Amino acid sequence: MNATSSPRIVVVGAGPAGLRAVATLAEAGLKPTLIDEARRPGGQIYRQPPAGADRPAEALYGFEAGKARALHGLLDRLGAAVDHRPETLVWNLFDASLDLLGPNGFETVGFDRLVLATGAMDRILPFPGWTLPGVYTLGAAQIALKAQGVAIGRRVALVGAGPLLPLVVHQYLKAGAEVVAALDVTPLGPKIRNIFGLLAEPATVAKGVWYTLRNLLAGRPIRSSVRAIRVEGDGRVEALAWTDAAGREHRIACDAVGASFGLRSEAQLADLAGCRFGFDAVTRQWIPVHSAAGRSSRADVYLAGDGAGIGGADAAELQGERAALALVEDLGRPVDGGRVADLERALARQRRFRAALEAAYPFPTHIAAAIGDDEIVCRCEGITAGTLRRTAIDRDVAEMNRLKALTRCGMGRCQGRVCGQAAAEVLAAARGVEVEAVGRLRGNPPIKPIAVKEALR
Amino acid sequence: MIEDAPPPSSRPLFHRLGLRDGAPIDFTIDGRPARAMAGDLLITAILTNRSDLRRFEFGEAMRAGFCLMGGCQDCWVDLADGRRVRACSTPVEAGMAVIVEGRRA
Ligand code: FES
Repeated sequence: MNATSSPRIVVVGAGPAGLRAVATLAEAGLKPTLIDEARRPGGQIYRQPPAGADRPAEALYGFEAGKARALHGLLDRLGAAVDHRPETLVWNLFDASLDLLGPNGFETVGFDRLVLATGAMDRILPFPGWTLPGVYTLGAAQIALKAQGVAIGRRVALVGAGPLLPLVVHQYLKAGAEVVAALDVTPLGPKIRNIFGLLAEPATVAKGVWYTLRNLLAGRPIRSSVRAIRVEGDGRVEALAWTDAAGREHRIACDAVGASFGLRSEAQLADLAGCRFGFDAVTRQWIPVHSAAGRSSRADVYLAGDGAGIGGADAAELQGERAALALVEDLGRPVDGGRVADLERALARQRRFRAALEAAYPFPTHIAAAIGDDEIVCRCEGITAGTLRRTAIDRDVAEMNRLKALTRCGMGRCQGRVCGQAAAEVLAAARGVEVEAVGRLRGNPPIKPIAVKEALR
Repeated sequence: MIEDAPPPSSRPLFHRLGLRDGAPIDFTIDGRPARAMAGDLLITAILTNRSDLRRFEFGEAMRAGFCLMGGCQDCWVDLADGRRVRACSTPVEAGMAVIVEGRRA
């Protein structure tokens, strides 16, 4: 870092964590650059519709409208104190510089300090029919409604393994969409047993209970302990079938399914940065390790929000601010110790809540274990579970990157975002080892595809 | 099998809930006229007209996107002007000529 000029500080991701981080940095007199793929700030949870599809914040974000409005207004309030780069993809990180592709083409930006607030996407596990047109993630079902005012179908079935399920069911019903089934693949028992831990965040629990009751009153109670979900259809979704807790078979006609099983961190840039990762046994995924303050294993890289382990939007805001304060402190500038203490207390409460929430929605091992041999695991390249299992045994593959090299699973356009976790479960089960033992797919640039036309522009 | 039944893909997938209004936007899918609404992303524009948006490269199947947040890369579509765009993060434009099944008409 050049001591005479001001340090170059870059924040990647304009969701709740990234926005709070830039606000905190700007207030400390630093001029951060904020890079985000979207046109408008908010991230996925507070995603703003494209111009022309706007609706009132209350209609889009419900109870969270106030938070959404505050975050959306931040950049306007900060004005020139933040160098906002919307519609810009960070496709590579090398050493201390980022390779960008934005409205003005390619550019490389160096940094002295970097805050990664790259968020999360749905955690996906394959089930029969999951690649048919009309099957989406639960997050996608929500985005269709929020960003576009459309339902993913006329008769929609929703399947989940986390708190997103009751919320999306509620939002669909409230918007006048037809929800024909609401299925939770996790049992009810752990939700009741963990109620005391969940009460670390009573307002969040109250909202969850409210959605659940509204769904019940609307005649769409969420059925728990659902197993063996499978989508049927010829060329598109025609029905969803499942097995209930008592072993009874069910089948319902529908034309779209929103299904995913919790969330997973988007951590490709932390990976390219060389940050150390650790295995989280509860969520069964690898996440970049960081201190409570957001410091990663690399001195100039800070982590905040769901990209550094799933914590939810409220925790993301707190982490964004906390990581930014850590950065300010590391530059040798003063920070408000009282504020730091408040943030750490709030974050500790969020961690207790999150631990209870993860226990309330345990990883659905029965879905992963039931992936059939002819099921596609890698939807980019069309690689089946059978191919993965055969390769694991015949070629004696013990590790994910070797499996990728031999089968192309995870080598496609999504870089393993969709298939990575499921492939690891399949490989570990085939080898009879813990999923931790097979490691994780390494990130490769470009972390998202660059269209040729874009490249030539 | 009923002979004159329309192919499954010709029925829309996404369902407008009447939550917003917008000026009509005309574009084409495989040369046939189609209508979208101002504010539509290309994926919405296509899937309110039919049930899929591209042919899967490694098999017979069709695909219709999956994550809607720029993660899965399942929704890249070809335009007749040579562009390739990610339909879930690209706004529809008047006159866009989307190629789904390969007919440029
Ligand atoms: S639908 Fe996943 S990237 Fe567009």
